[in-house]
Amino acid sequence: MNAQIFPFHGGVHPPEMKDLSNRSPIVAMPIPARLSIPLQQSIGNIAQPLVSVGERVLKGQMLAAANGNISAAVHAPTSGQVIALDAQAVAHPSGLTQSCLTLASDGLDEWIAREKFDWRAAMQRGDAKAIREYVQNMGVVGQGGAVFPSHLKLISREPLDTLIINGAECEPYITCDDRLMRERAIEIVAGIAIVRQLLNAKQVLIGIEDNKPEAIEALRTALMGCGFSAQVVVVPTLYPSGGAKQLIKLLTNIEVPSGVRSTDLGVQCFNVATIYSIYAALEHAEPVISRVVTLTGNVEKPCNVEALIGTPIDDLLKFAGLKSPSDCIYGGPMMGFTLPSTQVGLTKAGNCIIAMDAANFPEKPREMPCIRCGECAVACPQELQPMDLYWFARSKNFGKAQERNLFDCIECGACAYVCPSSIQLVDYYRFAKSEIWDAERAKKSADTARERHEFKQFREEREKEEKAARLAARAAGQSVSARAAPKPPVGEVAATEASVAPIADGDDKAAKIRAAMARAAAAKGETPASSAAAPAIDADKAAKIKAAMAAAAAKKAAANTPAAHNPTDVAGAGLPQDTVAKPAIDEEKAAKIRAAMAAAAAKKAAKVAGETAPVVEPVIAGVENPVEAVVEKPAMDEEKAAKIRAAMAAAAAKKAAKAAQSDKDAQ
Amino acid sequence: MRTSPHLIKPTPLQVVMLKVAVALLPGIAAYAWVFGAGILLQILLATVTALATEAACLKLRNYPIKPFITDGSAIVTAWLLALSLPPLSSWWMVVLATVIAIGLAKHLYGGLGQNPFNPAMVGFAVMMVSFPAQMSRWNAPLSLPSVDLTSWQQIGYILSGHLPQGLSFDTLASATPLDSVKTALLQQHSMSDIFSGAIFQSADCLSFLPSSVALIAVAYLLGGLYLLQQRIIAWPLPVAFLTVLLGMSGLFHLINPAQYTSPAFHLLSGAAVLGAFFIVTDPVTAPTTLRGRLIYAALIGLLTWLIRTFGGYPDGVAFAVLIMNIAAPFLDQYTQPAVFGRKPQRGVKHGH
Repeated sequence: MNAQIFPFHGGVHPPEMKDLSNRSPIVAMPIPARLSIPLQQSIGNIAQPLVSVGERVLKGQMLAAANGNISAAVHAPTSGQVIALDAQAVAHPSGLTQSCLTLASDGLDEWIAREKFDWRAAMQRGDAKAIREYVQNMGVVGQGGAVFPSHLKLISREPLDTLIINGAECEPYITCDDRLMRERAIEIVAGIAIVRQLLNAKQVLIGIEDNKPEAIEALRTALMGCGFSAQVVVVPTLYPSGGAKQLIKLLTNIEVPSGVRSTDLGVQCFNVATIYSIYAALEHAEPVISRVVTLTGNVEKPCNVEALIGTPIDDLLKFAGLKSPSDCIYGGPMMGFTLPSTQVGLTKAGNCIIAMDAANFPEKPREMPCIRCGECAVACPQELQPMDLYWFARSKNFGKAQERNLFDCIECGACAYVCPSSIQLVDYYRFAKSEIWDAERAKKSADTARERHEFKQFREEREKEEKAARLAARAAGQSVSARAAPKPPVGEVAATEASVAPIADGDDKAAKIRAAMARAAAAKGETPASSAAAPAIDADKAAKIKAAMAAAAAKKAAANTPAAHNPTDVAGAGLPQDTVAKPAIDEEKAAKIRAAMAAAAAKKAAKVAGETAPVVEPVIAGVENPVEAVVEKPAMDEEKAAKIRAAMAAAAAKKAAKAAQSDKDAQ
Repeated sequence: MRTSPHLIKPTPLQVVMLKVAVALLPGIAAYAWVFGAGILLQILLATVTALATEAACLKLRNYPIKPFITDGSAIVTAWLLALSLPPLSSWWMVVLATVIAIGLAKHLYGGLGQNPFNPAMVGFAVMMVSFPAQMSRWNAPLSLPSVDLTSWQQIGYILSGHLPQGLSFDTLASATPLDSVKTALLQQHSMSDIFSGAIFQSADCLSFLPSSVALIAVAYLLGGLYLLQQRIIAWPLPVAFLTVLLGMSGLFHLINPAQYTSPAFHLLSGAAVLGAFFIVTDPVTAPTTLRGRLIYAALIGLLTWLIRTFGGYPDGVAFAVLIMNIAAPFLDQYTQPAVFGRKPQRGVKHGH
């Protein structure tokens, strides 16, 4: 009867505690007087509010629209008046506030006019986009806890091998999916039929843990005569079999590595509650405005209620009869978090609320040192070596932690559960991950800042040049003799630039060398270099050139992000630029631009040099050839060398121009 | 504010250590039965010294004393050390060895979980190197027909160093089986001559070993199996260690039985079984990966056999363990298993 299953490594079996709440049917929670609805109800962007304070809204009316692709809409769970739109505490472990919409219900529960979306017609005309948009606008997100926008998972370019429906519900205490499967199996099967059709799935597997025989039976019954083949696969009760990766492995033997989408491996996984929402949205035009949530733990009547999104947790606890004030877990005991406040509203992710009692949730014992017993590695479903990751995180050796696949950790908590030293291992991994993210963010913003700064310099220079060009044009108009012009524009510009040019070693000697190189570049092909007589360059100079080249190369290597520079701007300038300082342009384009600029610079330099009395000539000629030799060091890769040479030539051209100018001034 | 997971499995460190101590009890009982009650005093001395040293070190390091002194790790170290030393060692020997084990090998390296070397084996090795004469003074098993000390006499001797009137240690002394074989082989005796010697020819002898000595090994084995059953120790460690020790001795015994002792002799004498289940398995100083553990324990087995057969010491477990302790981090580094989803492809079901 049962299909083959492929066990995953590790896993733990904490006390299930499910019979507290799985015996009574789902009851509808009374409409609360006030609802606090967070606008971020998905893993992505915060939805953009469409209503204003004071407005009356109807049940099912869209309150906030999806903002971007990774986002989902938020709807009014009941009719009433918007009384606030501000930052409030939300159900998030950080305890930070987030924009929430407060709705005072009017008790009428008046629906907005609903228009059924004909998804079958859209399907027939191949308009999958319309269906996805509709699902997004209905606010459907993954209700297993991850709240990933579901419409993004309904994309399939080619037929999907396996559609997996996750009814494992492996966390202790939680029974909302169990009850949903028992009571709404037909709707779930209808939802599966839709998703199966949308994704063109060849095979449908429904994974349910063997501690839910009634749910298994209900789904099997509902599947009979449903018109497509789907199989309920009973998996052993072993936490975390309900983790998407673990369930996929269990049912298909496919291991989805971190950073890879399961779709790419031919598998897509949906939670049963999400499937139910998709069904309600597509068949009844009902947006996600409520969900089934388990209320359990230290309460009089542990139960499952269907509660409106935004219902204050306080109301829910009161409904279940909280025995004594206690901290509450939002989610399961293995991966959930304690609520910073019970005033917050229920979200689409909220599958369970556990009032903690001292007997089942005692204070955690003191952390003892790790004795490397390896129990955590035995328990880890991701086959990591948690004790090593702990060690690396503790010693802030984040690189090593990443190397050992820290980001494969799904934070299921199996390691911390078994640790005899009671080490809160997951906290260390969270810390290491956030430190790494932080460092990456800091690096990114530093890169952006540097690019901006460089672009600003570039722009300022360009503006100066343009101004100078205008002045020159005016001057040319006034004076007939260009020779007599007091300040040739090129010279002026170059002079300003030279003072700005941020080359590694801006000292005199280096400048002279660069000038020589520019001259060499200009003269190439025309005037044979007077190399024979050239004395050996002094070692110091050579070293400096090498340093400059190394700096240029390093910058190039550092420039890994495409820049915001407008290439036409660069090309349009048509004047020598200090390209060495602007590495961030896309490689090929940059090379072309640089070459063009170098050519222009060379021309200009040649022209200026031609106009200048050759007073400085001997000095420069003396170093000409050796510089050339250094630059043409064969060890460097051809292309890079060419680029550097071009860049240096450009810079040198400026210097040469400046020299020419000062020469003229001297005359 | 608490963080997930909110549940924890109630098997704290104390329980782990308690189970190790319980597993040692049959061995201790057998030991006392065979060699006399002196061992109980040794264990008591070692325990008290270990706890006192632990407390002093924790105080010096500004650590809270209570949670650490009650974790049981010092007691396990103390017991293993007491069981490794000769049963009639003077009191100062066991005290000194314990101070070295806890103070030097454990706390100087950062305390519980931080020591690269097995503390008990460091204590033993330091004594072995520093006091070779005293460390080779084993009394004969009580069952042998020699002059016996009563329990009180044993305790008196351990504490005062004086034997009752008219007795000298030589009359009590008996080389251990490993010792006598080594000495005899060095003197070019053949194996059959050796086993016709005094200690092998008592009434209750297994032809190659006094059965009383074998009894201790069996008692340790019982405790080891309990630990395996409780999943306190990792099976690859004892299995690889014993396989290689028995494999090597078996191979060479087959080739030349006159020169090489049998695998059964290697298994039942010295610290082989104690080492296999209680010393090689110390998690702190062993690798954590499966392949690492197999290599580690196999090499300890090989080194033990080499030292016993060709080395200068009768037994090699302690030195073999210490040598391999150094290699544990290296083995871990190079035996990292592939993680979920990153294993080399092996015919994964894939629909393309």
